Amino acid sequence: MTFLDALLFHSPALIIAIPLLSAFLMPLVSRIHGKLRNIFAVSMIGLTGCVIGVLATDVLANGPRVYIFGAQDIALPLVRILFEVDSISIFMAIITILLAFIAVIYSWSFMNHQDGLDKYYTLFLLLLTSALGMELTGDVFNFFVFLEISCITSCALIAFWIDEGEALEAAFKYIVISSVGALFVLFAVGILYAQYNALNIATLANALQYSFLDKIVLVLFLVVLGMKAGLAPMHMWLPDAYGRAPPSVTLIIMSATLASFYGILRVVFTLYGNVLTTSIRFDLPLNTIVGWVLIALAIVSILIGVIMALIQSDFMRLIGYTAVAEVGYMFLAVGTGIAALGTPYATVALQGGIFHVLNDALDIGLLFLVAGAIYYVTKKRSLDDIGGLARNMKFTTIFFFIGLLAVAGMPPLNGFTSKFLIYESVYQLNPILSIIALLCSILLLAIFIKVLYAAFLGPQLPDLKDVKEAPRSMLLAMGCFAALAIIIGLFPNLFLDTLVKPAADALLNHAQYITTVVGGI
Amino acid sequence: MTEMTKIVKTIANILFPFTVIFGLYVIAHGHLTPGGGFQGGAIVASGCALLLVAYGSRWVFSRIKEKRLATFESIGAIGFITVALLGIVFSMVFFGNFLAGSHLLFGTVPETGSTLADLNTGGVLPLMNFAVGVKVIAGLFVIVVVMAYASSTKEWSQ
Amino acid sequence: MIEYIPYVAVICMIFIGLYAAIFRRNLIKMVIGITIIESGVNLFLITLGYREGGVAPIYTSLPPGTTYPEQMVLPVPQALTLTSIVIGVAVLALMLSLVMHIYRKYGTLDVQKIRRLKE
Repeated sequence: MTFLDALLFHSPALIIAIPLLSAFLMPLVSRIHGKLRNIFAVSMIGLTGCVIGVLATDVLANGPRVYIFGAQDIALPLVRILFEVDSISIFMAIITILLAFIAVIYSWSFMNHQDGLDKYYTLFLLLLTSALGMELTGDVFNFFVFLEISCITSCALIAFWIDEGEALEAAFKYIVISSVGALFVLFAVGILYAQYNALNIATLANALQYSFLDKIVLVLFLVVLGMKAGLAPMHMWLPDAYGRAPPSVTLIIMSATLASFYGILRVVFTLYGNVLTTSIRFDLPLNTIVGWVLIALAIVSILIGVIMALIQSDFMRLIGYTAVAEVGYMFLAVGTGIAALGTPYATVALQGGIFHVLNDALDIGLLFLVAGAIYYVTKKRSLDDIGGLARNMKFTTIFFFIGLLAVAGMPPLNGFTSKFLIYESVYQLNPILSIIALLCSILLLAIFIKVLYAAFLGPQLPDLKDVKEAPRSMLLAMGCFAALAIIIGLFPNLFLDTLVKPAADALLNHAQYITTVVGGI
Repeated sequence: MTEMTKIVKTIANILFPFTVIFGLYVIAHGHLTPGGGFQGGAIVASGCALLLVAYGSRWVFSRIKEKRLATFESIGAIGFITVALLGIVFSMVFFGNFLAGSHLLFGTVPETGSTLADLNTGGVLPLMNFAVGVKVIAGLFVIVVVMAYASSTKEWSQ
Repeated sequence: MIEYIPYVAVICMIFIGLYAAIFRRNLIKMVIGITIIESGVNLFLITLGYREGGVAPIYTSLPPGTTYPEQMVLPVPQALTLTSIVIGVAVLALMLSLVMHIYRKYGTLDVQKIRRLKE
């Protein structure tokens, strides 16, 4: 085999192994010099990005790809761990590696004056490994192990500023909720293994009969993965954690959140894909009940996120509540796609939801980077203490304005493209839901115009007279996100046809996922 | 944490080598009897915790170098991933067992049924057991020592 | 009937752990509650693998005359339980160090006095 063929064959294992190895090498490398540690982290994440790119060009053209740990090909009985990569997995992996790359470039100068940075980079790379592992795996116990790794590492990163008491409180809340949730996922995995004697998703999906214990498993998975994704009423940890962590950490925790959202898609569409149209009670099929439950929780999330963001004065906590509202939009679209399975507007809703994952990561990420730049320059968190920064920080103001328009869903930026698909398809399910979503989007615009006026415009405060512009690497990171937002807004069909439509097709045709493993025997 | 009396220190001196040897036995025979990397490493770390309780945390913390233990931990983890990546080079798949059935280190394959346990079997598994054992010993020892020392300094006990 | 006793114990342990994690105000008691839930889930995983009259799943020490794998206890839940115990140790160490930092910062372990992030 040529080098490229060998790289393509081993790429699912290399995508996990390269960040893991560099995380373990990081304490040794950082004893040599500090700059070498930064360069090492950036180059290893770039290398992983290249391998993901190589795998993406193959998966988007040829279909799902299976990699078995420890054996060359599939042999019965299937006891080994397998990684199965299809279009939705590689889409989420692209988003994760993009967020991680920008976060490392940003933290080159944001974390410059702090100590303990070798542990920061080690935990960062381990969190990246766990997010990529959650997205690529085809085995439900492996998913649990990567979920627990992401809980532990993100808790340690949230508590990074240990001399602020609120960061410790946010981290403790997060670890209590997450570890109880992950233990319930282990309980569900045990129930699945006891019934069907298999642990990988394709075999389980093939053998699933919808018994009483499977209903318990579905409820446990939906509640715990919804908690990790930020769905109300399980969202309580999210504003605390996003508001108190260093902003570059918040970007990579967002990728773990989006990986949990991917977990819900995988459980509902693939694991329970064969039984989604069986009727359980009052002649209603399963997909209607699950879809409407997700829609109800999503509307509650959007309302809670927007209303609580109106009254905040802490900048990063405000963006945290906006993130809860954006997750609500994602779940609204996916719930519509599930509830109306089979109709054409359900496919559009699913595409809008998946596209909104990419746009939400870019927009909320850009807003967090701007908030971090303001904190780095002025050392103040609250909107009451800052004002008139536009005179000194011109570039940051422009990037914040782009992020504001993108989050609120204004054309020609990227938020409009996915939100338009969501409004269009949800309107055909029930018009009231679409009107609520549209009004909350306008309310988000009002909230951020208020923030723009309070922080950037207005009279200059006397103790902020000589603030300088943010350092160059932070401006570079923000510029990358802003440029991507504008490009996706101007050419949405390019991204929709190459990335989003194969992902939505891969979810709806779950039979291809199953026969890649089971049918090949 | 202050130190204990001479009787406790003497008994800890006698028990510590036995604990360490038992822990290393459990690590090394992980592919034959119940045990393995994490279990044996936890036994050795509990032996080290016995020393910590008997001699007092300030004395132990002044004798060990914490950075060296962190380096040991990294070496254990790097060894694990390197053996897994060597599977790509020698056996064409990640985590492949390239030593089983060969004439190298742990190569023989026993037959099933009631045979005598042979230490020379298992392939790559005993190497991974050693790597995980080193990592667990260093990791758990560092956790226990740092927590004990930190809670005995002035600003933490209030 | 007697083979259902471990499952009843699992449900009791999970509920006792949830009660301690939700309704107690001391931080250390919340940590202990989470450890009890973890022990309950580990007991559940081990109990799943039991087969009546089975032997230990080691290929080279089977008593003569047993057919494998029908008369062996299932080995996969034992591997799952081991992984879960290791994860539990790591989570416990992390939670206890957070509790130590919180005590150093605030001087108390009462949750209602520590809360600052309210709205």
